[in-house]
Amino acid sequence: MSDQIVLEHVTKTFTTKELGSVTAVDDFNLAVKKGECFSFLGPSGCGKTTTLRMIAGFEDLSKGSIYLGGKLVSDKAKNIYIPPEKRNLGMVFQAFAVWPHLNVFENVAFPLRVKKVPKDEIRKKVLEAMHYCNLDGLEKTFPSDLSGGQQQRIALARAIVVNPEAMLLDEPLSNLDPHLRESMRFEIKRLQKEFGFTIIFVTHDQAEAMALSDRMLIMDMGNVQQVGTPWELYNNPKNRFVHSFLGQSNFINVDVRGGTVYPVGGGKPIWVDNDPKHDGEQVLACRPNMMELSREEGFPCRIIKRTFKTDFVEYLLQIGKDSAIVQAPHRVLFKNGEECFLKIHNPSYYEKESDEAAKERERRNVV
Amino acid sequence: MTNKDFLKLEGKKQGLSMDKIMTIFCYVALITVVILPCFMIIYYTFWDGTKIDFEMFKSVLVQKENLAAMKNTMIIAVIATAFATLVGVFFAWLLGRSDIPLKGFMKFLFSIPFMIPPFLAAMSWDMMFSGRGGYVNKLLMSVFNLANAPLNINSILGIIIIEVVYYFPFVYMQVVSALERMDPTLEESARIAGASQLYVIRKITLPLTIPAISSGMLLVLITSLSNYGIPSMVGYSKGIFTLPTMIVELMNRSGGSFTGIREAAALSIVLFIVVAIALLLQRHLLTHGRYDIIKGKSMRPMLIKLRGAKYPLLIFSLAFLTLIVIAPIVMIILVSFNRAYGLPFTRENMTFIHYINVFTKNAMVKDSVKNSLFLAFSAGTICLILGTMLAYVIYKVKPRGGTLLEMLAVLPYSLPGTVMSIGCILAWSGAFFGISLYNTIWIILVAYVARYLSYVLKSSSAALQQVHPSLEEAARSCGASHYDALKDVTLPLIKPAMLSGFFLVFLPCMRELTTSILLYGPKSRTLGVAIYQLRTNGQINQASALSVITILLIIIMNNLVKYITRDRRKY
Repeated sequence: MSDQIVLEHVTKTFTTKELGSVTAVDDFNLAVKKGECFSFLGPSGCGKTTTLRMIAGFEDLSKGSIYLGGKLVSDKAKNIYIPPEKRNLGMVFQAFAVWPHLNVFENVAFPLRVKKVPKDEIRKKVLEAMHYCNLDGLEKTFPSDLSGGQQQRIALARAIVVNPEAMLLDEPLSNLDPHLRESMRFEIKRLQKEFGFTIIFVTHDQAEAMALSDRMLIMDMGNVQQVGTPWELYNNPKNRFVHSFLGQSNFINVDVRGGTVYPVGGGKPIWVDNDPKHDGEQVLACRPNMMELSREEGFPCRIIKRTFKTDFVEYLLQIGKDSAIVQAPHRVLFKNGEECFLKIHNPSYYEKESDEAAKERERRNVV
Repeated sequence: MTNKDFLKLEGKKQGLSMDKIMTIFCYVALITVVILPCFMIIYYTFWDGTKIDFEMFKSVLVQKENLAAMKNTMIIAVIATAFATLVGVFFAWLLGRSDIPLKGFMKFLFSIPFMIPPFLAAMSWDMMFSGRGGYVNKLLMSVFNLANAPLNINSILGIIIIEVVYYFPFVYMQVVSALERMDPTLEESARIAGASQLYVIRKITLPLTIPAISSGMLLVLITSLSNYGIPSMVGYSKGIFTLPTMIVELMNRSGGSFTGIREAAALSIVLFIVVAIALLLQRHLLTHGRYDIIKGKSMRPMLIKLRGAKYPLLIFSLAFLTLIVIAPIVMIILVSFNRAYGLPFTRENMTFIHYINVFTKNAMVKDSVKNSLFLAFSAGTICLILGTMLAYVIYKVKPRGGTLLEMLAVLPYSLPGTVMSIGCILAWSGAFFGISLYNTIWIILVAYVARYLSYVLKSSSAALQQVHPSLEEAARSCGASHYDALKDVTLPLIKPAMLSGFFLVFLPCMRELTTSILLYGPKSRTLGVAIYQLRTNGQINQASALSVITILLIIIMNNLVKYITRDRRKY
């Protein structure tokens, strides 16, 4: 399989009055394979939408180059810039961007009319695209008379009608209600199977990214934090940010001495099945569902608070100076204040976040 | 057994509650200042003293002079609207969508015409381009060795030019705000679909801004139809009349004769019908044909790179704006310092004498400053109280016929000022209870209140609708009476809006001409009337000096408003 979308050293720097110069995207490298569904995940302001807009051609690059289907479309150094209309992409926006002055048929037909496709062919292709997106019979309707889900399907039909090689989706589901979101997710996947186009999907909803993607990446503050399959990212997060961003996490300050893990703030060694690589102070990260409570063996601690959730019981524990949340099945039940033993499976160890990184995060949050 | 409080809750309490008194007061006030004048116009037109009479109306319609005025009005309005729209849309697109530099500065320039009264702008254009005497004409003739003046402003074309440059910001404002609020992804998705920039402008951007364009267009059309200042300043000397100037002329010629006044009233009805058609069109557009184009996250639209055209367009825009915005002001200032009108602007000809004369040797001017300040302040205060009360009655008391109240309050705003003034004269020259306000300052005050009441109503009702009923209910549950809750909770919350409403009335009153030109008496001239008469008497330098002072007053007041309403706590 060949690479459909390639980004090399892509960098974008903005200058704003309030903040001075901000690097929105910093040395971004990526190769998305043909037919792959790839997600950009990250908190708002992390640079994921900016990256997508650079691929679409709506933003200039400050540095680097972008290839689409092996063809160079953006390169600052070589002064190459192909405008969006010549990139042969499909794009779906968060706010649908369905034209209110055109009816459904004309909305979907727009890309074909631009390309001066013969009339009868337009009719055939539009009806076909509308059929794939479950819009049969709505040709004459205007978008304002349709629901959000239907409007988004118009946007989808409009994108697939020209059979693009790649489709860029900019948080297309976040304006829909949860139930619709689920079915649209399924529909996008189905269309991809039918037409075989490559997808880049921008979202801040991790469940969406996990469910849809073949591979995904997590961004923060303009930097790619990790690239991999959803399973890899959830189970082997490379750093503290990825760990905390995907799913629930506990972070416990620990002091490692001679390969043994002690909580900061004193106490016995913590029971882990995955030893740290080196000694010294660091942060132990673990998932609440990878922690096991028992009355027999492990790190001794006391239940501070018990909360019943539908499918599990949540316990709040104190480990050294940090508190941690454990999700345990209903079959073993502990009381408030009861002594118990804790085992932590597959934890990760990270260096502490430096002061500069914390400051930079705060600076950007001002925006 | 009956419980008084329970009856009150059910709304069945007999006798007068505070809300009821206010409702009745609002009705009485609006009937007095709005309905009576309108009724009197119709009454005079179709009642010849003994019987219903349509003959006079018909004869007024076919009079040659009136027909010419109607034709002029239509020609000027239609052509000025068309060109104002073109210029307005062009600049809106340039500032809203292209990467032209100096946007902030240009936006500032666009706001200036709103501060200068149209008749002052017209006066200044007259100084620049009136036949062979205009300063710019003289300059162009000597530089290019022309035998004739390149532009004669005292013509239909001249009126059209002034109206275009004075009114295009109306269209610009509407369209640029639509462009700024428009979701940029609407245009971006068309680009992605393969459309070029020009194609997107043609097929997406323009159609989506059509509602904004047409509403700006109609605003220009209505304002142009009822404008008095511009055609009277540049057209009167050449006998070019439009409907508003013709009405004033008929009124002046009548010298108080019954037939003369009836003719003016009849012509007012013609003008009103023309404006009403435009208004109905506007209403239709506002209720239908609005697209929902504001959506999604705020994202700056991608600016279109003008590339090579960037600097030529910038130079063209700056030159154009300088000519239409800065040149008229500079012209007035220069003339106000010039020894005598017509002399070249040299150092030796510079003098302050007109500023001194205008205040020491001219009782009329002194009166007019006093009168205008008094009128602006009183009209502002009365509108503030009455307008807020109206807003409260319409939106909180919600009496039967509330919509009627609102319609009555905003009606005079849409009526041409000339029509409103004729109505005031007819109603307050002893027609009712022998009250005659004619030739006094009070008739102007009544007309101002009627004309500008809707400004306060709009700002106060917008604020009142923001005050959730639960706030007043919370006060009631803490033991406050209905009156206490109103005084201590609701009114303080809408105070900023009331204050800005006051200034919204104060400022236009300071620069008013159309209404006062018909209503002034020997002792009740306003600033606008004083400038107009100074100029008609040939004292152009003094007229300019007084104009400069007026403009300064307006600018100071305007900034005062900004200062007062700045950084206010938002509730």
